[in-house]
Amino acid sequence: MSKVRVLVGTRKGAFILTSDGKRENWDVSGPHFAGWEMYHLKGSPVEPNRLYASQSSGWSGQVMQRSNDGGKTWETVGNKFTYDGVPGTHQWYDGTPHPWEFKRVWHLEPSLTDPDTVYAGVEDAALFISKDGGQNWEELSGLRGHGSGPHWQPGAGGMCLHTIILDPSNPSRMFIAISAAGAFRTDDSGKTWKPINHGLRSQYIPDPTAEVGHCVHHIAMHPSRPGVLFMQKHWDVMRTDNAGDSWQEVSGNLPTDFGFAIDVHAHEPDTIYVVPIKSDSEHFPLEGKLRVYRSRTGGNEWEPLTKGLPQSNCYVNVLRDAMAVDALDKCGVYFGTTGGQVYASADAGDTWAPIVRDLPAVLSVEVQTLS
Amino acid sequence: MIRVVLPAHLRALAHVDGEVQLEVTGPVTQRSVLEALEARYPMLRGTIRDHTTQQRRPWLRFFACQEDLSHEPPDAPLPEAVATGTEPYLVVGAIAGG
Repeated sequence: MSKVRVLVGTRKGAFILTSDGKRENWDVSGPHFAGWEMYHLKGSPVEPNRLYASQSSGWSGQVMQRSNDGGKTWETVGNKFTYDGVPGTHQWYDGTPHPWEFKRVWHLEPSLTDPDTVYAGVEDAALFISKDGGQNWEELSGLRGHGSGPHWQPGAGGMCLHTIILDPSNPSRMFIAISAAGAFRTDDSGKTWKPINHGLRSQYIPDPTAEVGHCVHHIAMHPSRPGVLFMQKHWDVMRTDNAGDSWQEVSGNLPTDFGFAIDVHAHEPDTIYVVPIKSDSEHFPLEGKLRVYRSRTGGNEWEPLTKGLPQSNCYVNVLRDAMAVDALDKCGVYFGTTGGQVYASADAGDTWAPIVRDLPAVLSVEVQTLS
Repeated sequence: MIRVVLPAHLRALAHVDGEVQLEVTGPVTQRSVLEALEARYPMLRGTIRDHTTQQRRPWLRFFACQEDLSHEPPDAPLPEAVATGTEPYLVVGAIAGG
């Protein structure tokens, strides 16, 4: 029978939640790495018991962990992230040049074909790769060396590379997103990169349609349709049908189109999920009602999903990497909140229930469907 | 024998309880002690000193014999009491977070 393993990163440790395919009863393991910020954990699609985890703290910097048994035991691997060549500068908040400084790993993306290959998106924004199971890391510096690099500027959360999407139909193609530079695509395995922000409009930057400078919060793709991407921008939900060459807004009837998380149904490429957040200054749901919105039409037409979610006095946030889906039938949808709840729906969003209610603030949620 | 006391989160990372005891060959300095510590516990590399610059991480301090040695040159001799193991060398995490 199928099983589901949910990997939860929080401000003060990691938790692993497991259930059978019914997804009714859950075992909770953790905290792993208690007291550390666990920005992201993710498993290899080809060897699911191989997990990678980003562990960090303000005191002791970055540590990387790897598990070969689904998170029962862990071993530290390499934590040396050195920018390629002379790091140079990007813009600081006040517009002055600021040296590139490594702070932490935000996102880990294991290869679709090799369990020892994994990508890391870091702050200050850069993309690293390890081909030896996380022992050694090398920067794919064509991204940071893109001509616009000196003009990138941090968002409120830092200048982080937070999204990495691998194209299952084209091993040379990859998409990444940076706050607050925007989205980029490579078609040559990371050697060269192209900004893919045409169609984005951001009123909070001097040129609202600039090639770079957009605060992209997250991007999601369905593996069967890799040319179609869905984006939650700072404000606006966007869609591209040509691998990022141009974007159209699909916010439609959302009550607010600010938010962080976005994901796609495992079996329906036009069914997408967002969690609308009131505004960039009020990082909580509108009217104190926690609502996931689902579109079955690839955007524009949205329905609120509320059954089982708090509909009064709820003022949590759902961060960009804190939503994921499983591959069971019906598709399971999961998200974590800054209030420490992890909610799950075993029926594609129709009904919800908390798996856990009182974890530290949730930074990331990933789901593995295990046979 | 050099005695080193680590903060709790680094003891957990290194899988040790209590003090760490190290043999240091040559002059006993902050650099030689930290290099011996990192050689014994490679998972601590980068967590006390920056990988590249070898500078102390900003939220950690180095104490010994009731003195703050954080700003002392890394190759300056440590106090005799540390070199003889009478007193421990302390890696201390800043109290932060309110």
